[in-house]
Amino acid sequence: MAGNEFSVKLLIWRQSGPAQPGELASYTMDNVLPEMSLLEMLDLLNEKLTAEGIDPVAFDSDCREGICGTCGLVINGIAHGPHSGAATCEVRMRSFSDGETIVIEPFRAASFPVIKDLVVDRAAFDRIMQAGGYVSINTGSAPEANSIPVPRPHAESAMDAAACIGCAACVAACPNASASLFTSAKISQYAQLPQGRAEAKRRVVRMVDAMDEEGFGNCSNHGECEAVCPKEISIFNIGRMRREYLKAVL
Amino acid sequence: MNDVTVQSASAAPGPLKSGAPDGPIEDRWDNYKASMKLVAPANRRKHKIIVVGTGLAGGSAAATLGEMGYNVQSFCISDSPRRAHSVAAQGGINAAKNYQNDGDSIYRLFYDTVKGGDFRARESNVYRLAQCSVNIIDQCVAQGVPFAREYGGTLANRSFGGVQVQRTFYARGQTGQQLLLGAYSALVRQIDAGTVTMHAHHEMLDLVMVDGVARGIVTRNLNTGEIQTHAADAVLLCTGGYSPVFFLSTNAVNCNATAGWRCYKRGAHFANPCYTQIHPTCIPQGGDYQSKLTLMSESLRNDGRVWVPRKTDETRPPQQIPEDDRWYYLEEIYPAFGNLVPRDIASRAAKMVCDKGHGVGSSGFAVYLDFAEAIGRLGKDTVASRYGNLFDMYREISDEDPYSTPMRIYPAPHYTMGGVWVDYDLMSTIPGLFVAGEANFSDHGANRLGASALMQGLADGYFVAPATASNYLASNKMDDVTTDAPEFAAAEAGVRDDVNRLLNINGKRTVREFWWELGRVMWDKVGMARNAAGLESAISEIQGLKEEFWTDVNVPGSQDEWNKTLETAGRVADFLELGELMARDALERNESCGGHFREESQSQEGEAMRDDDNYSHVSAWEYRGPDQPPTMHKEALDFDYVKPGTRSYK
Ligand SMILES: Cc1cc2nc3c(=O)[nH]c(=O)nc-3n(C[C@H](O)[C@H](O)[C@H](O)COP(=O)(O)OP(=O)(O)OC[C@H]3O[C@@H](n4cnc5c(N)ncnc54)[C@H](O)[C@@H]3O)c2cc1C
Ligand code: SF4
Ligand code: FES
Repeated sequence: MAGNEFSVKLLIWRQSGPAQPGELASYTMDNVLPEMSLLEMLDLLNEKLTAEGIDPVAFDSDCREGICGTCGLVINGIAHGPHSGAATCEVRMRSFSDGETIVIEPFRAASFPVIKDLVVDRAAFDRIMQAGGYVSINTGSAPEANSIPVPRPHAESAMDAAACIGCAACVAACPNASASLFTSAKISQYAQLPQGRAEAKRRVVRMVDAMDEEGFGNCSNHGECEAVCPKEISIFNIGRMRREYLKAVL
Repeated sequence: MNDVTVQSASAAPGPLKSGAPDGPIEDRWDNYKASMKLVAPANRRKHKIIVVGTGLAGGSAAATLGEMGYNVQSFCISDSPRRAHSVAAQGGINAAKNYQNDGDSIYRLFYDTVKGGDFRARESNVYRLAQCSVNIIDQCVAQGVPFAREYGGTLANRSFGGVQVQRTFYARGQTGQQLLLGAYSALVRQIDAGTVTMHAHHEMLDLVMVDGVARGIVTRNLNTGEIQTHAADAVLLCTGGYSPVFFLSTNAVNCNATAGWRCYKRGAHFANPCYTQIHPTCIPQGGDYQSKLTLMSESLRNDGRVWVPRKTDETRPPQQIPEDDRWYYLEEIYPAFGNLVPRDIASRAAKMVCDKGHGVGSSGFAVYLDFAEAIGRLGKDTVASRYGNLFDMYREISDEDPYSTPMRIYPAPHYTMGGVWVDYDLMSTIPGLFVAGEANFSDHGANRLGASALMQGLADGYFVAPATASNYLASNKMDDVTTDAPEFAAAEAGVRDDVNRLLNINGKRTVREFWWELGRVMWDKVGMARNAAGLESAISEIQGLKEEFWTDVNVPGSQDEWNKTLETAGRVADFLELGELMARDALERNESCGGHFREESQSQEGEAMRDDDNYSHVSAWEYRGPDQPPTMHKEALDFDYVKPGTRSYK
């Protein structure tokens, strides 16, 4: 067992509450195995800190398989860390080498206040969705499913956009803290489907307005969002959102 | 935790009644709906309904009740309702659409589900589930859920284990996510409309009862620690399953039993706790550091072939083992269903071959799932288009390439068929407390078929609970109850006491250590195979662990902050009690059925043997206080349509 164990040095953002100042704290973890996930390594760190009487590091996660969007850490300066197309919980310790220093920070943005340590409040995303991320159809009033044929390429492309897990890495990575990739993914999904076309204009206008009201920045085409997105949502969706917006307001 | 005295429950074990209507099974739900009382539209907003959970069941129920005009208060423990554990479902959702014209029908889906559940489910409920299935697909498509499609634009289907038709609808490997985002979209629309108030990151920690009826809940805000009470005319629990009682499972790490368990301690019966589903295709366990197990979707069994080496001392790598030396044990033992046998059978077979020494991998507890034949037949591209994301996930975790080396898989805890007992209305033994989705026990008997949990969650949430809860509100006079009633203060004080007690033990062992140890006992003795001696020792071991927990656990931090350890400690405290009840239930049920395998009850070939004469019933447990064993009540199961037979997949 012990053969492939190694050590890492950790610099982790500690902040006891939303109004308190924070700082990077330094820890060492020995006995790390390559097959461990980064979050499992943090679990073990917290076991160790608890035993030493130090407050464990606050971080959140749930599915631990890259689909719920709960986790989300900036690892060595990159939202979700070194793996492209993967969420924080999918990062394995084999990505790091013996003796390496790993810097772990929260997803920072003005619209995402820190709750504690590495946990931020992303409720702004839900409020953007409330502004129009839906098709207005009441339960029980839907027509027979196959009466709405959708060409396969459209269905596939809508699915590409729908794959967004709402993790907010795109915002954390963006120099302007823009939520454009997230918002455009939802708008793009609907834009390519016959369902919900009737309210397309209202949707895009309200969702874009909500994005602005929440204090997210504008998109200036840096493309950092696409690079960190665990679901590889294409920046092309932002273009589609702009076109939908122009169609709606012109 | 908080050991309450039970107010309304009866001491003597008596038969429980499902309240299912009579008449031809295909008319029961429709006739019943037609007879329900209604709440006038203008009166609906005067009724407050609490919906706990925003997974497929809770999200769809809250949205639908909001559309109907009720004042809905929705709660979940994640920071957004979109992150409920339903999001992780990969494979698909069943519906009796018969789009493939392969002989499917509502009756066949009903039949398959009753048989798949090993004749331990309620026929009326299952038939209703099959009926609702077709409306679910209509609803989801109308919401814009991007299901897989054929080139002609119609919906595509795939096969799943335990059936011989193609009735599973899917959205790549992300069906649960897309269905949940559909329900979430309906939910946010109602939040936008003002009918639903969302309380994300709030954990329900107790049920409040007034005059023997469910009238509210106590919650803790997981961001700030604030403890609050909420009053309503009805409470609907949609809080999911309890597989993490095994510590390692395929579930999300925050899945828990707490909401249902606290209701049990308020008098709601808990049914069939021992029925757990151990899923056959998961990535095998690694070291003690592991926090969860990863499911490889059952859809892989459509094209992957399961095998182990015939020789128990095999040392060659899998690619070098010739065909003759491979044991395709599922195809050999179950020729009619082959690799697509139901989950309980596939899991047990894997355990059997590994116990006999044929297992592979470093631990010897794994079998191969091999795609070489499928890649030869279909080409790598087609296999990649079907399973690419799963293969990527496997490679990421195991550091092996499944295109060239067979996957190694082993069973893992995945789903809990047991749950809070509910009648045909999905109402528990506590009036006004409804339970939907995986949190109830109702539709899958002793084994759930693949792609049927999503179906049940959405059937309960979109169609059943909104109708039956309305009927309840229309049929009962609701006294005005606010959180000023003394019962609320009392329940809140109980929750505060529990939290303070946990924080003040200041022991030496971490919460995780207790949870891990409980999981080990559960897996070894209340897992895939169970026997009387093992179950008895599990009960005493768990009791000992519980005692130790309450004297030696260390919960750092304080109540009024984001405190994951405190959250988890409360859940582990409940798991410790639930684990004991699971063992008790497994001990009492001296037969093998579905996911519950008693070693004492097997045929010469090692197949499970049911005992219909003695166990054709639901076991519903009633809490009797901290110092007394629970009482078991029986609900007899009648089979008017699908006559119980030996469940053969050979
Ligand atoms: C990896 C995986 C893959 C699966 N794949 C499939 C599949 O392909 N097909 C299929 O049919 N089924 C599948 N299943 C099963 C299926 O996903 C679940 O059974 C189903 O989604 C459960 O839905 P639910 O709404 O009942 O509960 P959940 O989705 O678990 O939701 C529970 C909700 O309750 C909330 N909650 C819990 N406790 C509390 C509390 N105390 N206070 C407040 N809120 C609380 C949670 O926040 C959450 O919102 C899979 C399961 C797993 C683990
Ligand atoms: S677009 Fe990508 S990075 Fe942004 S929230 Fe969605 S999944 Fe996360
Ligand atoms: S924990 Fe769910 S995406 Fe990482």
